[in-house]
Amino acid sequence: MMTPLIAGWLGKLNWQAIPTNNITRGGAVMMILAGVIAFGAITYFKKWRWLWTEWLTTTNHKRIGVMYIIVAILMLLRGLSDAMLLRAQQATSSGASHGIISSYQFQQIFSAHGTIMIFFAAMGLMFGLINLVLPQQLGARDVAFPFLNAISFWLFTAGMLLINVSLMIGEFSAAGWLAYPPLSEIKYSPGVGVDYWIWSLQIAGIGSLFSGINFMTTIFKLRAKGMSLMKMPMFAWSILGSMSLVAFAFPILTVTLTLLYLDRAFGMHFFTGDGGGNPMMYVNLIWAWGHPEVYILVLPSFGIFSEIVPTFSRKRLFGYTSMVWAIWGIVVLSFTVWLHHFFTMGAGADVNAFFGIMTMLIAIPTGVKIFNWLFTMYQGRIHLASPMIWFIGFVFLFTMGGVTGVLMAVPAIDYQVHNSLFLVAHFHTMIVSGVLFGFFAGLTYWFPKIFGFKLNERLGKYAAWCWIVGFVLAFGPLYILGLMGATRRLDHYDASLGWQQLFIVAAIGLAVIMVGVGFQILQLVYSVWKRDENRDMTGDPWNARTLEWATTSPPPEYNFAVLPEVTSRDAFWEMKKSAHKTKVHYEDIEVPSNSPLAIIIAGFAFLLGFGCVWHIWWMVILGALGIVLTVFVRTLSDDDHERVITAEEVKALEAKA
Amino acid sequence: MSESVAVRRQENDSKGLFGFWLYLMTDCVLFASLFATFAVLRIGTNGGPTGQDLFNLPYILVETLALLTSSFTCGMAILASRRRLRTQTLLWLAVTFALGIVFLVMELTEFRHLAADGNGWRRSGFLSGYFTLVGTHGFHITIGLLWMAAMFSKVYFKGLTEAGIRKLFLLSLFWHFLDLVWIFIFTIVYLFGVIPV
Repeated sequence: MMTPLIAGWLGKLNWQAIPTNNITRGGAVMMILAGVIAFGAITYFKKWRWLWTEWLTTTNHKRIGVMYIIVAILMLLRGLSDAMLLRAQQATSSGASHGIISSYQFQQIFSAHGTIMIFFAAMGLMFGLINLVLPQQLGARDVAFPFLNAISFWLFTAGMLLINVSLMIGEFSAAGWLAYPPLSEIKYSPGVGVDYWIWSLQIAGIGSLFSGINFMTTIFKLRAKGMSLMKMPMFAWSILGSMSLVAFAFPILTVTLTLLYLDRAFGMHFFTGDGGGNPMMYVNLIWAWGHPEVYILVLPSFGIFSEIVPTFSRKRLFGYTSMVWAIWGIVVLSFTVWLHHFFTMGAGADVNAFFGIMTMLIAIPTGVKIFNWLFTMYQGRIHLASPMIWFIGFVFLFTMGGVTGVLMAVPAIDYQVHNSLFLVAHFHTMIVSGVLFGFFAGLTYWFPKIFGFKLNERLGKYAAWCWIVGFVLAFGPLYILGLMGATRRLDHYDASLGWQQLFIVAAIGLAVIMVGVGFQILQLVYSVWKRDENRDMTGDPWNARTLEWATTSPPPEYNFAVLPEVTSRDAFWEMKKSAHKTKVHYEDIEVPSNSPLAIIIAGFAFLLGFGCVWHIWWMVILGALGIVLTVFVRTLSDDDHERVITAEEVKALEAKA
Repeated sequence: MSESVAVRRQENDSKGLFGFWLYLMTDCVLFASLFATFAVLRIGTNGGPTGQDLFNLPYILVETLALLTSSFTCGMAILASRRRLRTQTLLWLAVTFALGIVFLVMELTEFRHLAADGNGWRRSGFLSGYFTLVGTHGFHITIGLLWMAAMFSKVYFKGLTEAGIRKLFLLSLFWHFLDLVWIFIFTIVYLFGVIPV
């Protein structure tokens, strides 16, 4: 037992925080084991110095992108294992059987599943892909603020660590992925779970906000000479739309999370049921962020498909201008629909009618995009590479999901299906096909650019088909169950309802998806093993159209030895058509130098978050002071945050490539 | 430094300024959200005091004038820095800093009085909203003062470098922005606050 003195220093933290049930312990032990193995391997192969200088302190956008994707894939696997537990529980917990996990665990797991998938899997893949290709598509050497970019990544990682620490020390939130009050208030959730949820999202969210500012500035200020906005690749346009949403929506999240924490930790009355607070204000605020968040994720995926479809149809993108307008239509409309998440609040018929109509309107720009992609394929020479398989799955599923969305936009219908599995099936259709399929397609498409060799096509196609078929099997039954009256977040139901067969089908569906995931892992391993057979020597393995393919694969640190000049859309396609060698003239290139300060700032942010969760106030102060001092060190040090690669060095590097 | 590197440096200035403006806009959304919550919770007094019972307008006016004047002196510091007048820059910065401290001390004193009278943030939704909105502004002011102290020492020890002048300008943007937010707080929280609910 701890002495009172030490206990006083540790806030709410004590030995009871170590979880006692087997499933949580199993997860914790697996994670610790993986950590120990990774640590041991790095030490054994003496790779610490390499890891530190080449990766952990880097400010190069391509490396940061790779790190984002590694973290996001790990989190995707964690979210999928949560999903397996949920599906197993619902398939078995009928009638006399109460399944494999307790109600409370079930609640923690579905809260963790949603939170991890959106914030750490989807957002991580998105920022990873943007980092990998956006600067090169614009003909730039890096993002506008490389150091800030590193801070964003490390804050994202600190948030990710905090959410995973909750598995080992304490507990996670059992209040759903958006933690509605009054349930998430201290009165009804007295543990630290909700605090973990708040602080992991807060830290990662501030990183996202910085990224939003960074990428917007990159697009506005670092485009290649001659690349007017209307000559930008569609991916860059999509990122501009998405990042504008980040800049407008994420401050709302920051405020909402802070207010919930002030309620919980300092007895304020923002969202409490008593004391003059207003729980519905939380629901409004969280969706004023949450609905744009959906489009933050889906717009980049639209952008990826807008690159893939023309490339694999050997045609220019159909309806470029209408695509741009559709993006901005979506950006604006996405801020006018948040109330459709809670029509049942009872805001009155006029308010519900307004938000219902706005919700239906948003289907128009989305439809414009779908038709433009299909018209791009029309009369094209379609090459069915694996990114196109993902696209076909996306068009099919996303359109179905969109139709069910318009259905639910009718408030009267929404009253029937609100909080049912119909809704769960709808938003999984949108996020899995609309976001995840797009990111998988993008990863396959840009993989050779980053690593210099292609992924195995055959295994990639197997994976895509498993995901598509598995998805239909897993979520088709949920639409039906929802209409039969099954509500979301059920850990047990009566056998007489006759739902069990459909839940079993859904579980089989997830198993098929997991086979797809297996193929993806196999694809990665096999492609790395056989990498010499699939080397990309040209820098342009897909016969593509945009500037990122104008450099070698993998590109040099500075991306372009000579910055490209652009005269039209599909700039690289035009360059290939009018290929003529001019004598190149190399110049000195400034690249951002490494800095350990980003990871240090994130370390302090982690301490701050952990201290806030457990009310260890000295740790909070230490974290805050640490951040302030580190920022001062950076600000006050001289302005040599860049390293110059001289023209001779560039010439030598280019000759080698 | 080669010519191309010099060009890059100039581009750095413009993107730094642009990025900082974007940051200020996100901060604007942050404050907008807080204003919205305050407006919603204004009637949530839980049987406790309203703004009419609590706010002392003449006191707040002095506080406001201190902050507005600091914006003016901050502008003078920028003008001095652009004419490369180091001593004047430092002087105006010092005055700005002092006025900022006056503002902060007055605000904290007001908070202390409210809390001492049993009208802390736990009292009601209205007071939670009040302390959080005004306190967030005060927190920004604190950050601004820390930044100002850092810039003061930079100019004092290293003189007015190009990069220093650039960063001073960003600081002044931040400071004027906080002034603007305060004008909204003064109007919406205090002036509207004394109108009966």
